[in-house]
Amino acid sequence: VSFHPNDVARRARAATLISVGLMLFLTSAFFRTQILHKRQWVLQSEENRLREVPIPAPRGFIYDRKGKIIAENVVGYSVSVLAQSEDSLRGTLRKLAGTIQLTPGQMDQAVRRYRRAPTRPAVILNDAPFDVVSVLEEHRVDFPSLIIMSAPKRFYPDGPAVQPFVGYVSEISETELGQPQFAAYRAGQQIGKQGLERQYESVLHGQEGSRYVEVDARNRVVREQGAQERRPVQAGSLQTNIDLDLQLYTAQLFGDSLVGGAVAMDPETGGVLALYSGPSYDPNRFIGGIPQAYWDSLRNNPKNPLYNKALQGVYPPGSTWKLATAILGLQENVITTESRMPQACNGSYFFGNRSWACWEKGGHGSLSLTGAIAQSCDVYFYQLGLKLGLSRLVAGGVALGFSKKTEIDLPGEIKPRYPDRLEYFNQRWGVGGWTEGATSLNLSIGQGENAQTILNMARFYTALASDGSAAKPEVVRRRPERQKIMNLTPLQIEELRAAMVGVTSAGGTAASAALTGVKLAGKTGTAQIASLGRSTCDHAWFVGFAPADKPKIVVAVMLECGGHGYLAARVAAAIVGKYLGVQPLYLGGTQGD
Amino acid sequence: MAARGRINIDWPLVVSALLLSLYGIAMVYSAGQTDIPTFVARAWRNQLIWFMLGLAGAYTISRASVRMLEWMALPMYILTTILLVSLLFIGKGAGTAASTKSWLVIGGLRLGQPSELAKLTVVLMLGKVLASRREPPKSLVDLWKPALIVGIPWLLIIAQPDLGTAIVFVGIFFAMLFWSGISWRLLGLIASPIVSLILAGNAHFWLAWFLLLLALVFSYKPYLWEGVAVISANIVIGILGPILWERLQPYQQNRLRVFLDPSVDPRRSGYHVIQSQVAIGSGGWFGKGYTDGTQKRLAFLPAQHTDFVFAVVGEELGFLGVTVALALFLTLFLRVIRISERANDSFSSLIAFGLLASWFVHVLENVGMTLNLMPITGIPLPFFSYGGSFMLASWLAIGVLLRIAHEGRGGKHGPFAI
Repeated sequence: VSFHPNDVARRARAATLISVGLMLFLTSAFFRTQILHKRQWVLQSEENRLREVPIPAPRGFIYDRKGKIIAENVVGYSVSVLAQSEDSLRGTLRKLAGTIQLTPGQMDQAVRRYRRAPTRPAVILNDAPFDVVSVLEEHRVDFPSLIIMSAPKRFYPDGPAVQPFVGYVSEISETELGQPQFAAYRAGQQIGKQGLERQYESVLHGQEGSRYVEVDARNRVVREQGAQERRPVQAGSLQTNIDLDLQLYTAQLFGDSLVGGAVAMDPETGGVLALYSGPSYDPNRFIGGIPQAYWDSLRNNPKNPLYNKALQGVYPPGSTWKLATAILGLQENVITTESRMPQACNGSYFFGNRSWACWEKGGHGSLSLTGAIAQSCDVYFYQLGLKLGLSRLVAGGVALGFSKKTEIDLPGEIKPRYPDRLEYFNQRWGVGGWTEGATSLNLSIGQGENAQTILNMARFYTALASDGSAAKPEVVRRRPERQKIMNLTPLQIEELRAAMVGVTSAGGTAASAALTGVKLAGKTGTAQIASLGRSTCDHAWFVGFAPADKPKIVVAVMLECGGHGYLAARVAAAIVGKYLGVQPLYLGGTQGD
Repeated sequence: MAARGRINIDWPLVVSALLLSLYGIAMVYSAGQTDIPTFVARAWRNQLIWFMLGLAGAYTISRASVRMLEWMALPMYILTTILLVSLLFIGKGAGTAASTKSWLVIGGLRLGQPSELAKLTVVLMLGKVLASRREPPKSLVDLWKPALIVGIPWLLIIAQPDLGTAIVFVGIFFAMLFWSGISWRLLGLIASPIVSLILAGNAHFWLAWFLLLLALVFSYKPYLWEGVAVISANIVIGILGPILWERLQPYQQNRLRVFLDPSVDPRRSGYHVIQSQVAIGSGGWFGKGYTDGTQKRLAFLPAQHTDFVFAVVGEELGFLGVTVALALFLTLFLRVIRISERANDSFSSLIAFGLLASWFVHVLENVGMTLNLMPITGIPLPFFSYGGSFMLASWLAIGVLLRIAHEGRGGKHGPFAI
């Protein structure tokens, strides 16, 4: 070996150079990482340890016209878990099931939520009862990835009474998550499902806040970090036209026994004062997941509480539609209010090889239009229908708005059924499968190819309760929208109203529905349904308004299988009486169609 | 004349090693400070005990003459080889490398990793063999003995398998050949198959290297058969390399692959090095504060008390702490170079330089790995990483170096003596 001092010194210099070079190299590498690229690594370090936990925004309140609360929020608790993987989530859920009650359905639901939004805490219980929360808090150490927090929970103080128009909120569904209008929503969030909650979701929803928790490498929550909290923004509230007292009273009138719907409107503004469908259900029980037993009981209930009879039910309007026939007759100058028909009523009318019955088997005798309305004489309107002819009936009905939705600000409204042109009959029955006369006869008394929603009948009567303009029904206060649908003189309207007052006067079909001190104008109807396979029953109708001379409220009531129209009239009279602050005046007298 | 048994202390060497050890133990303590405590919380105490043992060992060994070490080299080398062979049958794994056979365990008691001892004895044995020559090796055939001395333990350690430690032996081999005065061109020829191995993956790079090698062969003018051997070794490796790659353990392949591109597998092997970089990078100038590193506290940083302890330095004490640690290592290295330079005899000089090479490779590999500059091989950082055998071995090496310094030029007349 060569160990001459000069050689060694040379090699030592080389070794020194290499050592210093290495250290300079490493130092510069650290400088690059720690100083030049610091921001990137700090960000990643924060991302590692901080998990964003959403804070749901409280939904906007819903008020009635006097400021009473229809929908508010109360304190609830949600339980979610920060999962690293589906396997770890399932593991946590299995462990949780040993501590609290957890159905396999709830577990699967939590896994689905995780799959949809893996970076968010997977919600296990949307609305955990307090005793479950306290058990979990006790076992906190065993579940380090669990996040328990108070979350505002929707509450409807009058539950079932307001459900028909307010709807309910629930967790956003898989289908909704896939829809573009809900692109900003995340799995596990609450969303309005029906009624105002759905219609005004964008107003009521608010803006989710968030806070951060510090987690370790296994997603165990190590500490709650309060400082970087972004507060949720509470949504705006809704001021509605609803009169909560009237709504509650209406619900009370229906009770558990009556099946059907009622709509009360302000004829001036179109504001919906009350909208009810009976029987109803409790929307509060839908919050945070519907209990299966409750859901089954609703689905299997033959009275169909899940089906909104005021918006989604279409029923033949029956005699309540006779006002439309009368208006068309007056508008076309076919008759005047004093006109009598060629044939007096003797209980039936013979047309086209068959006899067409009047509801009054004994006959009404010879009547003017006014009397025919008060007594709902079918024979009179058969003849009026024939005088008008089918094309004028069809076109007139369309002009009066019987073939269109009201466009109320509630989701799920069904379009009424009314022929919009004569060709419709050919399509429906085939060419020659129908006759113009028989069809006119049926239409003239509100039967045949005519099925209306309760809401649309109320809208139609707002025109009679004003100068002939129908008001668009609106639940939430906005600018009223009115549309002239009939061309009658003020005198003609006054005469029609007088005839309708006759309905609730002695000798009218709903004399028992009269009110003390206030004239109630309206029209009864009894719609016969011939449905296959089921026993037929008569639906009872009443649509009217009061006071007759200066109408302040329009009411439409329909009772499924309610029998005679006067029963619906009594309910309507009670609603009107409540609103105007007057008592029903029970008169005797004829009761009929 | 100093009293018998007393030596002149090389204070810069001792102080830099002491400071490194105390710094290291402080970092092992910090590594245990996690939000959810683990066994690591107690590791610093064991480390402190090993450090004390190391001090005692260094003191003892510094009393022994270098001649005694030279005399003991062969028996110790044989003993080490026997231990390494027996590991193949009774060796146990530990921690993240549970499937390997690096640990000597008797009756449930972990005695240590014989490969740590092997680093010392190979240095001694290689020093002895090289020092016994009049001339530095001039041809490949001259190298058969040194190659055998390193090759036997190297193969046995590869068999454990422990890639990281095996690399250290390669480092020791070349460093000591260099220090023996071998021509750098011959060194290049010897190293050429390794370069070929590294470049085997890329045909263009390998071809370029091969042309360079041809030029080197013509300039050095070795014996014909040597030239042929070197060139054919390069060709065989350049072609066999990819085939050998296929035979690597999947985790070894992964480690190499992750070295090339750590984002390939971020949740598994790449995860370690990414989290290490996150820890270091987020430390900035002055760090997050001693014991307050979030990557470490929240267990994002793996092996924070062993392989990645330097990432804790970077995270908690920042660039400043890193620079101080690297400066201490540099001080140590330069001091050892000086000791090698001034050693009294070629054996002493060679083993001093061999010990330096061992540390050098450890620091380069371990610190480089935390920044993804080197492949992850699970190699500890001297004086820092938690581990008894290595702490003890490092301090025994300090003892040897103290002795060499004492016997060397300038050592005897130093100002301090105990």
